[in-house]
Amino acid sequence: MGWGLVLALTLIVIAPVIVVAWQAGVSTDIRPEDIAAIRFTVTQAILSALVSVIVALPIARALARRQFWGRNAIITLLGAPFILPVIVAVIALLTIFGQGGILARYLAEIGFNLPSIYGLSGVVLAHVFLNVPLVTRYLLQGWNDIPAEHFRLAASLGFSARDTFRLLELPMLRATLPAAALAVFLICTTSFAVALTMGGGPRATTIELAIFQAFRFDFDLARASQLALFQLLLTGVTALVAFRVLRLASFGGGSGRPLSRPDIPKSGGLVVLDATVVAVAVVFFMAPLLSIVVRGAPHLPDLPSSIWLASLNSLLVALAAALMAVLGALGVVLAAAYGATVAGTTLRILAYLPLALSPLVLGTGLFLAINPYIDPRDVALPVAATVNAAVTLPFAVGILHPVLLRTESQYANLADSVGLTGWSRFRDLYFPASRPALGFSAGLAAALSIGDLSVIALFTGADVTTLPMQVYRLMGAYRMEDAVAASLWLLLLSLFVFWVFDWWGRRDA
Amino acid sequence: MLELQEVSVEHGSFKLRADVRIAPGNVTAFVGESGAGKSTLFGALSGFENLASGQILWSGTDIAPLPPAQRPVSILFQDNNLFPHLTVERNVALGLTTRARPGHETLDRVHEALEQVGLAGFGARKPGALSGGQRSRVSLARALVRSRPIVLLDEPFAALGPALKAEMLDLTATTLARPDTVVLMITHDPQDALRIADQTMIVSDGLVQMPRDTADLFASPPPDLQKYFGK
Repeated sequence: MGWGLVLALTLIVIAPVIVVAWQAGVSTDIRPEDIAAIRFTVTQAILSALVSVIVALPIARALARRQFWGRNAIITLLGAPFILPVIVAVIALLTIFGQGGILARYLAEIGFNLPSIYGLSGVVLAHVFLNVPLVTRYLLQGWNDIPAEHFRLAASLGFSARDTFRLLELPMLRATLPAAALAVFLICTTSFAVALTMGGGPRATTIELAIFQAFRFDFDLARASQLALFQLLLTGVTALVAFRVLRLASFGGGSGRPLSRPDIPKSGGLVVLDATVVAVAVVFFMAPLLSIVVRGAPHLPDLPSSIWLASLNSLLVALAAALMAVLGALGVVLAAAYGATVAGTTLRILAYLPLALSPLVLGTGLFLAINPYIDPRDVALPVAATVNAAVTLPFAVGILHPVLLRTESQYANLADSVGLTGWSRFRDLYFPASRPALGFSAGLAAALSIGDLSVIALFTGADVTTLPMQVYRLMGAYRMEDAVAASLWLLLLSLFVFWVFDWWGRRDA
Repeated sequence: MLELQEVSVEHGSFKLRADVRIAPGNVTAFVGESGAGKSTLFGALSGFENLASGQILWSGTDIAPLPPAQRPVSILFQDNNLFPHLTVERNVALGLTTRARPGHETLDRVHEALEQVGLAGFGARKPGALSGGQRSRVSLARALVRSRPIVLLDEPFAALGPALKAEMLDLTATTLARPDTVVLMITHDPQDALRIADQTMIVSDGLVQMPRDTADLFASPPPDLQKYFGK
């Protein structure tokens, strides 16, 4: 089983990279607009990372040291960006900060003109909106990892708030903040959907967007490959650094355990500060989503019929991607669990490799590989499902691996002693133990693919389309009401597929 | 004199009651099943648990309303007594000041305490470079420099081997137990109590019982203690 999986992953993950590199070798001249794309990609990613971390810090601190009604709900919602389609987030932000948005209209009434959101500011805004919740969760985990005794010691030794920060929180932040910033930077270097909708033009084009444009507008495959190679170098180097400092799995989990904090006062200025921070954060992150619910709901019944076919396509892609991601992750983890074989080690490396690859790089490679033989548009949906499964694989492996390791270390001797081996060991031990993780990973893969607007944009023609593509087209046609309603529908569908899988995983747990 | 006057602490459906007096110059052991209320009692004394009713008097003053740092209390936890990123010297100095560069007077007292616990010359090391026994000595040194009259030992030596544990208990008795202090220790091991505790209190079903002479108590244990030790 191990080597078969190695072959499959090599075809999906390594082959596209080789094709890209080989094709890119043909062209050697670098255009100024390519340099501009690289510069913009790095600039926006750095800004997004810095702003996300600065915004997340006070939110995480407030959540870590206060217990209040609704705290658990907020912590659960912090995981939402994982399953929130990027295009939905963009539309939601536009309903507030866009030209016709609520904020612009309000400011216009009191005589201010909101500057255009499109360009660098819009790209960074969207990235901050999508990443702050994840960073907050990551930092919250850092606070939870500080032993409760240390906060008791702080109270008992009479630490001031500054002492606690300097002696307890700063050492933790020194370890977690760079990792969090790096993760956001990595995510933002592969930004496509946000750049497509919020950016564009020579001054706000990311490398991913440039690849897409080289494909769709010029059909210049050599240039697309060359750009893909730049992208590969940028994300590859970043991912290599990130691997060393980042704890991947904690992005998936996130503990809601409230800390007992005897070291800080239960009333006074700090409480007001924390309450304000949490309230502002909730409004900033919930208002855009509420606004698409309010604006979109009345128009749901009037959506063009093309939406329904697109929804069906999206659902199919999501189900296929979920199945592939989970089966792939199980295969990788089980192969790795049976000792440090060569196949197992190779598999683990292959499984984490997609973190260093962007969907468009994979897509470009697969397109080039398929193009000589089949019309890529005919296989748009299977390719989209495959790439989405590959992109989710690192997360699924990251979630499953610790669960199976724990199960193995706790029950291996018992299972061996009663002769539980082979298939029955899987059925009666591994599967029941990992079912919640399987359901969660499948839900993640399904939600991620149903909202995906990257590979699909590269491959689809006018005839085959998915829901995120339809939303983008409605937006491009300035049919904002329809776009908002379709976003709402996409959001509901995305939440639904995630919920179904997650519910399946936790049903008997 | 430490007096717990009709103290009660509530934790959901669990309720702890204590109405006892402990004279200074004594080491007192607390024994009882897990969940009987020993840690809750220590939480109430150190200020991490709020009282539902009652008073905790030290030399006649009610200390129950005070925040943890202002109480005449030092506590040694089971784990995580030291900050791993600070040196031994700083960890001990925290008993006196949170300043990053403690003054000469403070450092003199820190070194004196380290010498008392047998760790002279270890000041520059980090806790990670010490053995379990040495780490316990550092926490002891911090309690020494704080010199608060009520010392709570929440099983800080539980992870040590028998010989090392006995050594640490003796060190505690010789350094921290003074005529004007009370040392209270939670333990699961009668040998610990017999070794250094003058008197022992049984905590059972949320009630702190009257102190008994340790040797007498373990010579003829009452039924609930027999059940606990499986005799």
